[in-house]
Parts: sequence; C-alpha cells; structure tokens
Amino acid sequence: MNKHKRAKQSGVAFYNNPDNRAIIYQILALVLIFFLAYFILNNMFTNIEKRGINTGFDFLGSEAGFGILQSLIQYDESNTHGKVFIVGLLNTILVSVIGIIFATIIGLLVGIGRLSKNFMVAKLSLIYVETFRNIPILLQILFWYNVVLASLPSPRQSISFFDSIFFNNRGLYIPKPILESGFTAVIIAFIIAIFSVIYLSKWAKNRHDKTGQEFPIFFVSLAILIGAPLLVFFISGNPASLEIAALKGFNFKGGWTLIPELLALAFALSIYTATYIAEAVRSGIEAVPKGQKEAASALGLKDHVILKKVVLPQALRVIIPPVINQYLNLIKNSSLATAIGYPELVTIFSGTSLNQVGQAIEIILMTMAVYLTLSILISILMNYINSRMQIKER
Amino acid sequence: MAIYEKLEARPAPLGTRGIIHWIKENLFPSILSSVLTIISFYILYIIVPPLLDWMIFDATWSGTKEEITKEGARWIFIFEKFNQFIYGFYPEELYWRPNLALFIFAVYVIAFKRVNVKLKAFIIISFPIIAFILVSGGFGLEHVETEKWGGLLLTIIVASVGIVASFPIGILFALGRQSNMPIIRTLSIIYIEFIRGVPLITLLFMASVILPLFFPEGMDFDKLLRALIGITLFQAAYIAEVVRGGLQAIPKGQYEAADALGLTYWKSMGLIILPQALKISIPNLVGSFISLFKDTTLILIIGLFDILAMVTLTNNDTNWLGFETEGYVFVTMIYWIICFSMSRYAKSIEDKFNTDHK
Repeated sequence: MNKHKRAKQSGVAFYNNPDNRAIIYQILALVLIFFLAYFILNNMFTNIEKRGINTGFDFLGSEAGFGILQSLIQYDESNTHGKVFIVGLLNTILVSVIGIIFATIIGLLVGIGRLSKNFMVAKLSLIYVETFRNIPILLQILFWYNVVLASLPSPRQSISFFDSIFFNNRGLYIPKPILESGFTAVIIAFIIAIFSVIYLSKWAKNRHDKTGQEFPIFFVSLAILIGAPLLVFFISGNPASLEIAALKGFNFKGGWTLIPELLALAFALSIYTATYIAEAVRSGIEAVPKGQKEAASALGLKDHVILKKVVLPQALRVIIPPVINQYLNLIKNSSLATAIGYPELVTIFSGTSLNQVGQAIEIILMTMAVYLTLSILISILMNYINSRMQIKER
Repeated sequence: MAIYEKLEARPAPLGTRGIIHWIKENLFPSILSSVLTIISFYILYIIVPPLLDWMIFDATWSGTKEEITKEGARWIFIFEKFNQFIYGFYPEELYWRPNLALFIFAVYVIAFKRVNVKLKAFIIISFPIIAFILVSGGFGLEHVETEKWGGLLLTIIVASVGIVASFPIGILFALGRQSNMPIIRTLSIIYIEFIRGVPLITLLFMASVILPLFFPEGMDFDKLLRALIGITLFQAAYIAEVVRGGLQAIPKGQYEAADALGLTYWKSMGLIILPQALKISIPNLVGSFISLFKDTTLILIIGLFDILAMVTLTNNDTNWLGFETEGYVFVTMIYWIICFSMSRYAKSIEDKFNTDHK
C-alpha cells in the first residue's frame, strides 16, 4: 500500500503507522466482543441451569394445549408448539397482506389528492395525513378495538348490507364462495387469459416500435382478464355459489368471519401506514422537474402519454424505495397485535407458548429470525428493483 | 370631422379575481372536480358537526358523575383523573419535584443560547443528574421507586433518556459503518441491520425477559431500566442510519481538506465533518425522535404504566367504569399536539436550509 510505504520511508514509528493502528484497533474490538460474548453466554448458561429452564428446540414437538382464536390451517389444542409457530406466522402474513393492500390503495389516493388542484381535496388529504401520522399506532389499534368495535351492536342487532354482509361486535361476516367441480374450467380460462395478455402486449409493443401505431393495450387486457373467466363461468353453468352467514342462536354461523381483532389491527395498520405512503407518493411526483412535463407537452405528447412515459417512470424511482420500507414497517408493526390479542406470531408464540414453555431465549430468537428473514428478503427485492429502475447513464 | 365621445371605463370583468373567481378555479373547475368538492363537503358534514357536538357542545365539563345528563363526552372523568394521567402513582405530596425538574429544564433551554461553551457543557451534563435526583430521590429527598413513576411523566422520561442516550451510540455506529476498517464496519452493519430488521416489541421482550439472564445472579435490573436499555439500543440503530445519511452528503473535499490539515481522525470528525453532517441531519433526526416518542407507548406491553396504559388503569376504578373513550381521546390529543409541533419544527428547519428556487 502507498501510505504504508510512505510511512516506512519517512521513519514513522510502527505504532504511529495508520495501517498498523487500524489493525490493532480492529483486533481490540474483536477481543472486546469475544469477551463480552463469553461473559454473557457464561452467565446465561449458569442462570439457565440454576433456574432449571430447558434448552434446545425439543419444545417445538410437544403439545401446546391451548386453542387459537383464528387459524388459516387446521389447528386444535393437541397440536404442537411448532404448529403454533406456523399458525402465528400465517396470521402475521395474513394481516400484513391485508394491511399492505389497503394502505397502498389509501396512500395512493391520498398522495395524489395532496397534489390535487381542487382545494377541498388537497386540504382534506393534508388533514388526513397530519392527523393519523401523529398518533402512535398502538393507540390507534387500541382505540379501534376498545372503543369503535366494542361499541358495535350485538349479533342480533347486526348492521347488515344487502342481507349478506353482517357487521357486529363479534366481527364482520362476509359470504364465502363455494367452488364446485366445474370451477376448474374458470381457473384454466383465467390462466389462458394471462398468457394471451402477455403475448398481446409484446405484439402491441413490437407493432408500436415498427409502425408507431398505438394499441389500447390496457383496456383490451382488462377486458380479456375479466371477460374470459366470466364467459366460461356462465357457459359452464355457474359452478360456484355463495354461502351467506346466518344468525343461529346467539351468533352467526357459516360464511367467512373476520374477527374484531383482525379488523382493528388491519384497519389501524392500513390507515397509519397509508399516511406515510401518501407522503412518499406526493414527494415522488413533486420530485419530477416541471421542465420534464413542459418538454413532453412541447413535443406534442398527449396528457396520458406524458403521465405514463415521462412522469411516472421518474416518479416511481423516488416512490418505490420508501414505500417498500413502509411495507416492512407495517409487517413489524403487526406485532403490536399482542396488545389486543390477535393471534399472530408475537401474541401466540412469543406470548402464550413462551409462558407455557418458559424457554424465552429460543422463542424470542426464533421470532426475531422470522422478522429478520422477512426484512432481508424485502431489502433484496428492493435492491433488485432499484437496480432495474436506475437511470442508465452512459 | 369625427365626433369622439368619451366612453365610460368598463367594469372590471367579473370572475377573474375575488372570491367568486377563487371558488370557480379551486372548487368547481370541471365536472369531476365539482363532484369531488361536493363529496369532500359531505365528508366534512358527516364528521365535523357530530364530533364538535360530542367534544364541546354536548360535553359535560363540570359537576359530579351522578349529574351527567348530556350525551357527549364526559370530560369530568379526565379532570378527576388528571393527576394520574400526568404523574401515574407518583406520591401526590411530591409532585413539586418533577415540576421543579421541568422548570429547571425550561430555564436551561432559555439560558442555553446565551452562555459560553463551558457553561453549555455544564448544563448538558448537570441536567440529567439533577432531574434524576429530583424524580427518584436521594441526597435527603425521599426515594420514589420506579414502579410509582407513570403517566405522561414516565412517557417523557423514557423518550428523553432514549433520545439522549442513543445519540452518542448512534453517532459511533454511523462512523463505524463509514470506517475503512473492515471488521469495525462489518460489526456496525450487523448491529444496525439486525436492530432495524426486528420489531421494537421483540427487543423489549428480549430486554425484559432475556437480559437478566445475561448477568450474574444478584445483579438485578429495574424493570424500567431494562425497558430503557431496549429502547436506547433500538433508537441508536435508527440514529446511526440518519447520521450516515448526513455523513454521505458531505462532499469528499471536506474529508480530504481535513486530512490535508493533518488533523487526526477524531479531530477531523469532531471539528469538520460531524458539525456539518449533524446540521443537515437535523430534520431527519427530529423525525426519528418523533417516531421514538410514538414508540414509547410500547412499554405498556411489558407492564410499565405510561400515559396510554393509564387509560385502562383509570378505568379499573369501580367508581369510574366505562370512560375509555374519553381517556383515549385525551391521550390522543396529547400525543398529537406533541408530535405535530415537533414535525412543524423539523419542517421549519428544513425550509431554512432549503435555499433552492422553487
């Protein structure tokens, strides 16, 4: 190294050479870390032994013995703690997916609303963002759960929509589609529609590159994607029906039930995260210089072409990274479910299972590992998108 | 010879200025926009009047519980439990101590700008000690256990300790991440990314359940102290990322100039790089503090009684059951006011730095 050579020539003492110093500092740091780790682990094992706590992951195979409020897979009390982990993980993913979908829709609308020329729309969007962003998410979850949902009427006085959707203090009941054997044809039709749309858009792009003629690809694709499965559905004679929830005794039976815990959590997460997504969308669109739009319209491009080909590609580059970050925050915030008892990973695994088994170290590390894996996966995805969207300069 | 007649000046064209023009331009420029305007007004109509009725016109502001006749909010509950919301279970006759700490803080803030560097350092170092002695006791003052700290007092203590303690740690990790020593850099990256990848609640669980196992028996940690350690470690990683953003924004020439002056690493960082980097990071730092302030609510999950936990706790009083709504609304307003003012402050600094033409 250059510096090293220079240092040697000028007769600097060994310990004053910056390169040697760097090595010494790093060795010291490592030694310190090792000592700390040794100290901690040593104490940990002594303490575990003294308190008679089990170690290892054997508990995952032992019977859990408690019920879970809501499970996406078959679960009963005789299942193992390992299964509890899976049930919790699936519930975490469920509430995160619901939250991400709604947060994106609300965030997009409000973010565009913030830039609206309509005074009322812009101000309402601003009020929405400033109100919900400045209230802690946990407070919002507790508020929706303890105040709003708890004050809904009892099942007998449910609020009903079209006599098929029922809303009461036990949850939201929505019709459940029952698929009959003929339904596979509809699914096949949908898959074929996807492939034909992919082919069609390639063809349209080629034709546009060659001849300059445009093809209304968006509407045609939409028509194919919705139309084809619908057509097959009616031709094959409605091979599906809806199971509507009905009041039996004191509660509703049948249909799909969204428990209040899920509703409160998904609602609060969507509303809270949407404020951040709205701000990302707004700043992304504002980041596109005005000159870009003016130049595009000077070239004679139509408004929707300007939006699609000039503004959005540049805005998305700014919008996507913070939005993905917010998705990650939403997933992490879903762990606050433990305050209202929605049975996701932290509630049932780091909560109930931990109380029964007592192996805090293994259980909390497993929980952390789940979130770490999710966040690493998402940051890999983000890096991939970033590199795809990067402006190719020279 | 033509006859010229003097014409009166025409009236100013209607609808290019004034309030009617403004309404036309901003509320009803097109059909779609008009529909949106009407929908917006409708939304306001269904939300605002009932809310105002509930909060103000129909609310019960005075009297006793038995005299409540109105439909709206029963604020007497908040007045009755006000001290608990603010001080938790802190002994009533000792309220003057946290109040005095707050007063000293205010005096220090006012004095801070007008004194020299030595006094500034004295203020920064002495205040935490004075505040701790005042709140906790010692030196002749009666000792108050941390279990009795609660309400807004506890929220503010947790938030300020989190902010102050995480700041130097965060800066060290930011420098570590930018260092050219590979081991130091890797360790910093692992720490920062690990903490940022897991939810705060799992860190708090870890601090409250696992941390005691890490130390020899007999070394007992206070529950509050454990929560503070968890929050500080958490916040440090976020501060580190904010400061790194600032460090990366400093032109390379500044680093080279500092080297060329022959300054050591710590001198060049302390005198040249960090002052600039921290200055441009202020808006993001405030943003991070706002997040922390909101995140302090999580300590209720590990059994500490911050202001949010007080809502449930005050409703356990058999004389005052069923007042959750008022409690939540009151706490919401407190959080909102504090967070909103902090974000305005960040915005004003940002605007001050932003000298671009718009």
